[in-house]
Amino acid sequence: MSDNPLGVSRPTSLLHRILDSDIFYSFSHSPITVLSAIVTAIFFLAAAFAPWVAPHNPFDPATLDLLDAFTPPAWEEDGSTKFLLGTDDQGRDILSTIIYGSRVSLIVGFSAVLFSVILGVGLGLLAGYLGGWLETIVMRMADVQLTIPAILVALMIDGVARILVPVHLRDELAIYVLILAIGISDWPRYARVTRGAALVERNKEYVSAARVIGVHPIKIMLRHVLPNVLGPVLVLATIGLALAIITEATLSFLGVGVPPTQPSLGTLIRIGNNFLFSGEWWITLFPSIALVILVLAVNLLGDWLRDALNPKLR
Amino acid sequence: MRKPLAGSSIRGGAVAKRAKSEAQAESMLEVRDLAKYFDVSKPWLARMIERAPRQILKAVDGLAFDIKKGQTFSLVGESGCGKSTVAKLVVGLHKPSRGAIRFEGRDVADVRSRADSAALRRRWQMIFQDPYASLNPRWRVRDIIAEPIRVFGLIKSRGEQDEKVAALLRQVGLSPVDGEKYPHEFSGGQRQRISIARALSSNPEFLVCDEPTSALDVSVQAQILNLMKDLQNEFGLTYLFISHNLAVVYHLSDKIGVMYLGRLCEVAGSKELFARPQHPYTRLLLETIPDLEMTGREREPVAGEVPNPINPPSGCAFHPRCPFANDRCRSEIPLPTERAGHTVACHAAEEGRLPDAKFPAPKRPSAS
Repeated sequence: MSDNPLGVSRPTSLLHRILDSDIFYSFSHSPITVLSAIVTAIFFLAAAFAPWVAPHNPFDPATLDLLDAFTPPAWEEDGSTKFLLGTDDQGRDILSTIIYGSRVSLIVGFSAVLFSVILGVGLGLLAGYLGGWLETIVMRMADVQLTIPAILVALMIDGVARILVPVHLRDELAIYVLILAIGISDWPRYARVTRGAALVERNKEYVSAARVIGVHPIKIMLRHVLPNVLGPVLVLATIGLALAIITEATLSFLGVGVPPTQPSLGTLIRIGNNFLFSGEWWITLFPSIALVILVLAVNLLGDWLRDALNPKLR
Repeated sequence: MRKPLAGSSIRGGAVAKRAKSEAQAESMLEVRDLAKYFDVSKPWLARMIERAPRQILKAVDGLAFDIKKGQTFSLVGESGCGKSTVAKLVVGLHKPSRGAIRFEGRDVADVRSRADSAALRRRWQMIFQDPYASLNPRWRVRDIIAEPIRVFGLIKSRGEQDEKVAALLRQVGLSPVDGEKYPHEFSGGQRQRISIARALSSNPEFLVCDEPTSALDVSVQAQILNLMKDLQNEFGLTYLFISHNLAVVYHLSDKIGVMYLGRLCEVAGSKELFARPQHPYTRLLLETIPDLEMTGREREPVAGEVPNPINPPSGCAFHPRCPFANDRCRSEIPLPTERAGHTVACHAAEEGRLPDAKFPAPKRPSAS
């Protein structure tokens, strides 16, 4: 590494150690990975610093003017440089709404995937490694849930949670309810993959070697089995992130997602869908492109991560 | 580094041999009436519908043997005779269905507390058959080797741990820098060396080796066997060696037990067993050892296969394949009896119906 000519044999700082690692080497030698990392980072930064990055605040009704509604993108005939990508039916700036919307989509997507990965991997690991009645209960539960489409499960949980939450807190808690609903609706996929992999790993002799010296089963699960089953889970989780964002959009479409005053990418696509055939194509197109780019970048990163974490492919 | 055994402070085979005879009386491991049954029945619902009975596989049934300190006891037999199950029972990977395993006179089943159990487990270790599955592919070699050290809390400081790992790697013929690598960067023989280094890291006294060479190349087999022999001489280790290769077993063991369908047919000193095999099954196994000299000796072709252990033959399990079987063999299970230094479980041997047989000693496998 040119940034690190001397640190090769004795890494000193944390930065040096990172620049020196095999993972960083494989990262910096894959242009597609670097590109998708940059795109993902742009989305993350834009989402994190939305109030400073976005030209307008679409969540603040006071700044909206209905007279600006349906302004086409800046390069079109009636376009205005004030609204680079045009406006929607309520005069909200599309660019700003994309930035604020991807914030909601990313937060909900990531939290939901994290939640279902922890739930699914934890239960799958216990079921696969310990077996017995625990395995039967967990896997039959997963089977039953898999017969119902995930979106219906999420809808049901969302509906139940909404009844339980007091009215004045609904908009505030909507995002957490959404995360919980999507997270619970998706855990069986992770549980199945983890259990299958754990079943294979459990019978390998390195696990026996750990059992011979009396390592605690929980430690064997976490330190021996988990790292060996995480590869497929990671790839699944990146696809899961895309699915979670889509599930969130679907729920928003059905009116049970995020409140309409805080549109996510999915909500924007849905709103634009109504005007697609009346000529206002920009309302739905730009959020869709943003969603596709975001999901693609995250998936490519996940693919690279899978290969980079597999020592056999190094 | 390691507490030397009495009389073996000087390195070398001769000294270790003397230590062996001095410790003749002391048993490391005593196994009495050991049995392991596996329930291989169909699921409850299928059994109810088909009215099928429970099916029990008697993998090991009534085994008894002793291993003296500093010696090697080998178990041989065809695939599926239960020899690997014995290895797993001894190190506690399976719970016995019946019988006792005594380690230095203390019943392993009586050890309940965590501290006692750790103290006991520290003293034995296991080397596995498949060097490609016995090392965690996600761990660096130095972490793999140091795992027993960390689990038993033998060496606390990281620096001393690294030194110990480096010493172990040198001991098994690898380089200390290999500790930074991952298992997939090594060949099968090298991996088995890593496996041995891991087994030695907690300074055990007793090693259970479950076919440690069967997955390896013939030339590498000899290297690993020589390494194991050297380590035994150096540290006075006791081995329980599981193998299906009689030639390997002959040169390594002090005593050999021949297993057939979960039972011991014959136990004897290795030279004695090869020179004057008593049990017809032992003779059948010895017939199968190939030799390079092509002496033109008449060989009996191996007849029949191992019967299904779920439904073993009545009486002596070997009777369908035995040329000397009579009605008593078909109905009565033979019990192990002492006879001229052999413990043999055979009616024909007991009644003196067997012809004498003598076999040439197998050639020592050489490193090429």
